[in-house]
Amino acid sequence: MIELKKHIKELTSLPGLSGYEGSVRTTIESAWKPLVDEMHTSRLGSLHGLVRGSGIGTRKRVLLAAHMDAIGLMVTQVEDGFLRVNDFGSIDYRILPGQLVTVHAGRDLPGIVVQPPAHLLPPSIRKKPVKTRNLMVDVGLSKEEVESQIFPGTTISFSQNPIELSGDVLAGHSMDNRVSVAAITFCLQEIKKMVHLWDVWAVATVQEEETYGGAITSPFEIKPHVAIAIDVTHAGIPGVPEHLTAPMGKGPTLGFGGNIHPEIYKSFKELAEDLEIPFQTEVMPGVGGTDAHGIQTVAEGIPTFLISIPVRYMHTPVETVNLSDVKRVGRLLAAFINRLEPDYLNNQGWITK
Amino acid sequence: MDKSTHYSFGRDEFNLLEKLSNASSVSGDEMEVREIVIEEIKNHVDQYSIDSLGNLLAIRRAASTPFLRIMVAAHMDEVGFMILDKGEEGLYRFEKVGGIQVTHVIGKPVLVGKDKIPGVIGTKPVHLIKDEEMEQPISLEQLRIDTGLEKNGKVKPGDYVMFATKFQKLESSIMGKAFDDRLGIVSLISLLKMPPENIEILAAFTVQEELGLRGAGVAAYSLQPDAAVVMDATPAYDLPVWDKSENYLYNTRLDHGPAIYIADRAMMSDPRLINHFVMVAEKNKITHQIRQPGEGGTDAGAIHLQREGIPSISISVPTRYIHSPVSLARISDWENTYRLVSLGLKSLSASVLERG
Repeated sequence: MIELKKHIKELTSLPGLSGYEGSVRTTIESAWKPLVDEMHTSRLGSLHGLVRGSGIGTRKRVLLAAHMDAIGLMVTQVEDGFLRVNDFGSIDYRILPGQLVTVHAGRDLPGIVVQPPAHLLPPSIRKKPVKTRNLMVDVGLSKEEVESQIFPGTTISFSQNPIELSGDVLAGHSMDNRVSVAAITFCLQEIKKMVHLWDVWAVATVQEEETYGGAITSPFEIKPHVAIAIDVTHAGIPGVPEHLTAPMGKGPTLGFGGNIHPEIYKSFKELAEDLEIPFQTEVMPGVGGTDAHGIQTVAEGIPTFLISIPVRYMHTPVETVNLSDVKRVGRLLAAFINRLEPDYLNNQGWITK
Repeated sequence: MDKSTHYSFGRDEFNLLEKLSNASSVSGDEMEVREIVIEEIKNHVDQYSIDSLGNLLAIRRAASTPFLRIMVAAHMDEVGFMILDKGEEGLYRFEKVGGIQVTHVIGKPVLVGKDKIPGVIGTKPVHLIKDEEMEQPISLEQLRIDTGLEKNGKVKPGDYVMFATKFQKLESSIMGKAFDDRLGIVSLISLLKMPPENIEILAAFTVQEELGLRGAGVAAYSLQPDAAVVMDATPAYDLPVWDKSENYLYNTRLDHGPAIYIADRAMMSDPRLINHFVMVAEKNKITHQIRQPGEGGTDAGAIHLQREGIPSISISVPTRYIHSPVSLARISDWENTYRLVSLGLKSLSASVLERG
């Protein structure tokens, strides 16, 4: 039995920038190993775990996808012993000065993101927030040591360790989206105790923050009949309109919009009501920015759904999440899998007159 | 080995710096650091007391005569924050204590109050921010300290808040919060443990430096020294200039050793003391630098104006990113600063202070 808090803390203590998910994948692999029947890594690096269903003959397949990659920074230039950097994923540069980071050179080097004093910056930007390209990273080494170890393309991750706050809240970097990976782990533990007819493919995807690379390629291999992406959504905070957020600690959000197959939305809504699991509907006009976006249009198209965990301060090193919300997602997913009938979404779920 | 010539800091000094750097001592609330200092010095001083503002004043008598009575000061306080309201669902408004840029606050972890309750300072997610909004600085009023979802939290208005940064020792550098002025505090403690024989050390571990040098003045009045040396951390702005032109406004530079002050916003260092310490540095081949005259101020600014006037000098460790969640200094600069002050005191006599 994996303890959820410990699992999330472990997952959010790892770097795993998009395209460099190795350390995270290894950790997820060992967590999932006792929970799946087989496991392999895809060509792009996504982790695929299979739990066989008990259905007879050709079983249908449900895909659970959560991305394991994280945002960070990347070295663009080494200058006078300091590092010039770029955002790697979308970041508000106003949070960066004073952040502790790890520079993944041949060995991991601790560093600080620094904002040069105003008089060393271009006069035109002195009154404005300083953009990433004018910030630097200092690793406290001499010019020679820096030049021999760090090069353009070296990745930099946030080194903030996870923090336990009150009320079962964890804060840290890459809660987006390691908490969803943890929700899948929780679900896999639940379905071990249940009967389910469908095959379940648990997938930790790569490169969501850049290209949805994992979400676009893994379904090609797995060919699921139903796909559920699990990601994070914006939790309410002062200064952000309520209609753009969901309250933290009051249950996951169920996606609704173009990315979402309406029949699956209906199933999850009824299921949550039936199980008395609190939830919000997240209306998503147009297309969203999650793995659901990538999965939906793979091959001949896949009925896709999105379930999200509210997280505050997304894309900062102090994203916060409530553990109950993560468990609720795990329970919902397990119950959904448990109730999947062989004829679910026959005719692709569209009702014809 | 003669302990007084031992100038490389060992495990004890680094452990002490780690303990002090991680401790909370926001201006006005210096208790935790003061307690650590008392524990360290009590067996090495002839007397110590705490004055009405909270300065810790300690005296280590000279072992030989004649002797000078020299005040050596380092400030215990650091920049931080204070909680302003009762909060709403674990989210609290707060205000700065001391000079901190708001950009250094956002997305950082903090510890609140005596119980060091963990909190984070988040911000609106980038996905919900329009481009023009990104061009504007975030104001402190927009931010909250988030302590989680507990309904009846222990946080209350007036609680002091510190950055939660943990000390790290790298190969040639050290990283941590509040090196301004914990580097000076450790040096001053070391000086009391390995004192020069010819000096009565009047050690002042001062309060409220960050609020305008408020503790040091009253400490100097009480101690009535012949002269004063202030040990602090001074900014090193030795970063590249955006257009790759020469950086001639670096204030101080790492790897260039102790920064001897000549003039800042608050004072002129005493020229006799400047000459003395520069000569000591040269004689002992200690790499040293003159802090570029300009803005800024240290406790010496308040000390030199006490009573009939006190000849004073500041000798500081060049330190990057002070007043941010994490500062960075070179171990060798810190050791050499201590070494210069220690050797300078050892050779300091009344003749240095005579008017020619």
